[in-house]
Amino acid sequence: MKLHDNALKISSLSLIWIWLIVFALLPFCLVTVASFLSHDDTHMFNLPFTIANYLQLNNFIYVKIFKQSFYIAGLCTLFCLLLGYPFAYVIANIEGRFKNLLVLLIVIPFWTSSLIRTYSMITMLKPKGVINSLLLSTGLIHKPLALLFTDTAVMIGLVYNLLPFMILPLLTNIERLDKRLVDAARDLGANKITTFRRVILPLTMPGIISGSILVFLPAMTIFYIPDLLGGSKSILLGNLIQNQFLIAQNWPLGSAVSVVFTLILAILLWVYWRSSAAKQDRRAFL
Amino acid sequence: MKTLTVKSYISSIYLFFYLPIFVLIVYSFNSAQYSLVWHGFSWRWYQDLFSDGDLWIAVMHSLALGISAATLAMTLGGLLAITVFRYRFMGRKLLYGLIFILILSPDIVMGISLLILFSIIHLNLGFWSLVLAHTTFCMPFVAVTVYSRIVSFDRFIFEAAKDLGAKDTLILTHIILPLLWPALLSGWLLSFTLSIDDVIISYFVAGPDFEILPLKIYSMVRLGVKPEINALCAITFGITLILITMAQLVSRKKP
Repeated sequence: MKLHDNALKISSLSLIWIWLIVFALLPFCLVTVASFLSHDDTHMFNLPFTIANYLQLNNFIYVKIFKQSFYIAGLCTLFCLLLGYPFAYVIANIEGRFKNLLVLLIVIPFWTSSLIRTYSMITMLKPKGVINSLLLSTGLIHKPLALLFTDTAVMIGLVYNLLPFMILPLLTNIERLDKRLVDAARDLGANKITTFRRVILPLTMPGIISGSILVFLPAMTIFYIPDLLGGSKSILLGNLIQNQFLIAQNWPLGSAVSVVFTLILAILLWVYWRSSAAKQDRRAFL
Repeated sequence: MKTLTVKSYISSIYLFFYLPIFVLIVYSFNSAQYSLVWHGFSWRWYQDLFSDGDLWIAVMHSLALGISAATLAMTLGGLLAITVFRYRFMGRKLLYGLIFILILSPDIVMGISLLILFSIIHLNLGFWSLVLAHTTFCMPFVAVTVYSRIVSFDRFIFEAAKDLGAKDTLILTHIILPLLWPALLSGWLLSFTLSIDDVIISYFVAGPDFEILPLKIYSMVRLGVKPEINALCAITFGITLILITMAQLVSRKKP
């Protein structure tokens, strides 16, 4: 009987491990290897090993794209946090039967195709689109604003797409917040600002961090948002990687970009992982 | 005054979420081709869509892909959650971490790394490459959904079954699966939605001979706004809406 019990355990474990090793670990290793290979016109990648790809990344164009991506993703995260935190706080404290509906209305955009949502933004922003028509009819402007194909449009598109990813973790976190602690702080004479800064903010920090990660990471790589809404087409790292792989066909350089990118992310995540706030959150996560 | 400010703030966020989609759906029924002015109600763009043979092929491809990937992801992800919950084994923490990394790893990195893998093992880019890729990125989501359900179970149920002489396979089929099906089903539905909507990973691992819906939409959208695309997006949005609502209802159901 013992043997039989172990058979189930062993077979499911080996199935899972084989799948994860072949389709998750091995591919990541292959990217790393590919980033040290050379590129020529007939092969995607080829021997000999070289560090030329990494040296090439030191070029100011690539450095600029890296900086720009981090700046745009950071700004997007900040906007999502500023818009999403008060929103999540209000929704979390609503009582009654409308609450489920209100939460469902946040979950729907979370799962809806972000491509379709990006496309719907074009209808809003284009010269004869909804926003311009509204502004023209109210007489605030006299000729259509150039909204589409600008960096502002990219930022609007990113925030529009990623805001639910900020709100949902915050909502879960704020719902778990023990309201008695807030009341206690108020009873002990703390004013609203102090209560927020010393009690609410530290207790909801795990939600803020999870939300920020879920916004920051995709913001740098959703290449179709700058592609569809943006003026300069390659402002994000995602566009650079996509370009190197599918247009320039320079797989080693594209791999090197992803390796550097992944390393930077890994360092950021490691810092988060080590912070004590994260430990609480990790248990809730899985 | 204060409640008014709060209410208008909340409403404007909801408006921000839903106005663009609402406008898109409304204009999919507008009979005018280029203008934003309302020219009257029309099914014209929907009829155009239904007569587009290429589009139907892409839809069928996407459905086949979504169903296969969701089923595989549900099996693997469910098995993963159950195994992590039931057993203590070496590398359990590692498995945990790997799932965490897989969820957080950017789609584009997963896309290119699978592209490199498939090109090295000479797997033709098409249906199978897409199924393998989609299963891999959906599986962690199923695992997390199922795991969050399974930890709410009373561990003593399993102890009792064991004491009464039930083997692991019997516990799996007679206790775990009947209790867990809502979570598994909602994991399936979410995987299906993820698979149907994925652009970034599919962009790298799809071949020219196997066109799928999201990539078809992407290539149409790149050429500009057209009423047919509005209609197509409206339908896709409708289907997603139904699936998500189902997943939500199922996952809230008490076992």
